[in-house]
Amino acid sequence: MDLSYTPEEEAFRSEVRRFMREGLKEETRRKVAAGLRLEKSDYVDWQKALYRKGWFAPSWPKEHGGAALTPVQQWILEEETTRGHAPRTIPFGVNMVGPVIIAFGSDAQKKRFLPRILSSDDWWCQGFSEPGAGSDLASLKTRAMLEGDHFIVNGQKTWTTLAQYADMIFCLVRTDPAAKKQEGISFLLIDMKSPGITVRPIHTMDGGAEINEVFFDDVRVPAENLVGQINKGWDYAKFLLGHERTGIAGVGASKQQLRRLKEIARAERIDGRPLIEEPRFRDKLAAIEIELMALEITNLRFLTAERNGKTPGVEPSLLKIKGTEIQQAITELALEAIGPYALPFERNALYDGWNAEPIGPDYAAPIAAHYFNWRKVSIFGGSNEIQKNIIAKMMLGL
Amino acid sequence: MDFTLSEEQRLLQDLVRRFVDNEYGFERRRAYAKNAEGFSRENWRKLAALGLLGLPFPEADGGSGGSPVDVMLVMEQFGRGLVLEPYLASVILAGGLIARLGSETQRRTLLAPLIEGALLLAFAHGEPQSRYTLSNVQTTARPTESGFVISGRKAVVLHGDVADKLIVSARTSGNRTDAHGISLFVVDKNAPGLTVRGVPTIDGLRSAELTLADVDVGPDARLGALDDALTVIDRTIDAATAAICAEAVGAMAALLETTLDYLKTRQQFGGPIGRNQALQHRMVDMQIAFEQAKSMALLAAQMAASPDDVARHRAVSAAKVQIGRSGKFIGQQAIQLHGGIAMTDEYKASHYFKRLTMIGATFGDADHHLGRFSALETNTEAA
Repeated sequence: MDLSYTPEEEAFRSEVRRFMREGLKEETRRKVAAGLRLEKSDYVDWQKALYRKGWFAPSWPKEHGGAALTPVQQWILEEETTRGHAPRTIPFGVNMVGPVIIAFGSDAQKKRFLPRILSSDDWWCQGFSEPGAGSDLASLKTRAMLEGDHFIVNGQKTWTTLAQYADMIFCLVRTDPAAKKQEGISFLLIDMKSPGITVRPIHTMDGGAEINEVFFDDVRVPAENLVGQINKGWDYAKFLLGHERTGIAGVGASKQQLRRLKEIARAERIDGRPLIEEPRFRDKLAAIEIELMALEITNLRFLTAERNGKTPGVEPSLLKIKGTEIQQAITELALEAIGPYALPFERNALYDGWNAEPIGPDYAAPIAAHYFNWRKVSIFGGSNEIQKNIIAKMMLGL
Repeated sequence: MDFTLSEEQRLLQDLVRRFVDNEYGFERRRAYAKNAEGFSRENWRKLAALGLLGLPFPEADGGSGGSPVDVMLVMEQFGRGLVLEPYLASVILAGGLIARLGSETQRRTLLAPLIEGALLLAFAHGEPQSRYTLSNVQTTARPTESGFVISGRKAVVLHGDVADKLIVSARTSGNRTDAHGISLFVVDKNAPGLTVRGVPTIDGLRSAELTLADVDVGPDARLGALDDALTVIDRTIDAATAAICAEAVGAMAALLETTLDYLKTRQQFGGPIGRNQALQHRMVDMQIAFEQAKSMALLAAQMAASPDDVARHRAVSAAKVQIGRSGKFIGQQAIQLHGGIAMTDEYKASHYFKRLTMIGATFGDADHHLGRFSALETNTEAA
């Protein structure tokens, strides 16, 4: 047993750090570091740089253009890119639909979609949730009827993250309304430019509009865009949700957020003394840091167990719960750290290039919005309560 | 990054697991605890025969040169069985001090019989006023023509009442909380002026309150350099803290297993109580708390022997905070999920809860270690 990184792993870390210096645009780095809102190009340019380096699909097999990195290398890549203020990788293509296409897609689908996922020429979004199908996802109603060589899709998806940028959407659709609810679902790939699709932004409490409603009104989808077999979509969705989840805890990002929080707590003053020396604040900060230290090891334990041939079970659920609790605790403490400057909300201050004099300390502007935005993490991807149901059933046998 | 155990470590783990399985059924443990000494001398001989009493000591001293990870594996199993023998007090604490500081003669006359199981030791450091501050020592040792004379009181000395010899810390210079000026002495249990008041602890182990009234010791009784013991005391307590973190992990695992069994078998409202979501989610929270604790016990073991004081303090204190909090949560909730049965002395859950609670209060509670951790954070910029 050795909890330190091997020389090879450390060499890989150095390589990632070197790459960050040339691969990440300064403008994007600055925006991420400051917590400002990003544009589509910030994500795409960064992902293309990763692609050119061969690292955009860290876990994909080599034959499909992946990097086939070890789990620990993937971990280091995530840790170093977040430390270096890179945007997050948008997961919908590379981490979600990509592995499904690799595992279940036709050769034609692999040829058509995988290269464009790798190169970030296609931006994907996820069409799972519906107004009446949240935690009970299998009750979804969006209907796809096969007519000749096309499906005709009608219905509505919601909470669709960054659909406004998307070229493609992967959807769970009902193809057999008579079957038991999990057995009448199919997995369909739909071009967002298809006639009959309407995207409507949902304004959220943080002042952002990253999520959307997506409406389908007699949308014609070629039958060749069905993944795998008809009415087997639920299996593919389960595969997708159980796949690529070892980074789900967001440990790298939380470490970065915690470093940022400490900088703020050193800069903030209470009666002339740094906030970080104030015992009540300091204890809260230390408590979060310790939970994060523990989660990092827990996550690495699970990762390396996977490497040793153990199939991932409920570990992602466990990581998701603890990881999101820590993420939210950091946003909460950051909100406390800036004191009364949590209140002012100048929307323009969240965008790069706003040249007016900052209101309060320059780090204060995005913090309240981030706190409010981050309530989402314990809800999306299967709420934390759903994750507990999964652990109780699958791991504990209750 | 490698979490796998070596072949030797797996064998060690199996060895101790078998010992616990064979010797530490719940009823047998109750019988051992009723002995006047609070443990089984026969078990102690078995541990010696298995080579476990020499595990952490150098081969030159007759030990097997085990690492803190090896100690972790042993303590985890001991936690699972709620083992009563004075392994922590005798081997890890007192033995650890001698291994780090002892002269050749002291190693030969103290470590060798300890490893054979013929000699029990204890470490008398804490005092009624000191709580968890290691430098808070007001027991004094004044030089005399023929050695030292020691006076003062020592509090909650783990297994102090069964030890043949006690390692006693005393101030040889400086003020009550100075880091400098603390020395260690080996004191025989029969030394004139030493009163040992044995007291059971609530988790079924043993402790002692010592009074030293002008206890004379010879010049060769001093362990290590004059005035300079605190650094080694600190390292030894860190190693012992890592060890009880592992013990706690073993106890938590056993308590979770017991609780889960109960949720599946206890029938109410026409079905097992574990079908209720409120209880299921609580059990999941306990499981997560356990995984976090287990991770930190690994980190503590990994860092327990580090000569880098800051890095070691950081890891050990973080681990102790996590173990303290997880142990309290799992312990309290295990009792709650069981209901009345877990309140009883004859059911094992309460015994795990009590040991976990006492581990929480040993070598610094969660608040103490949170303070030590965040003081490091403020004074040094880590990560």
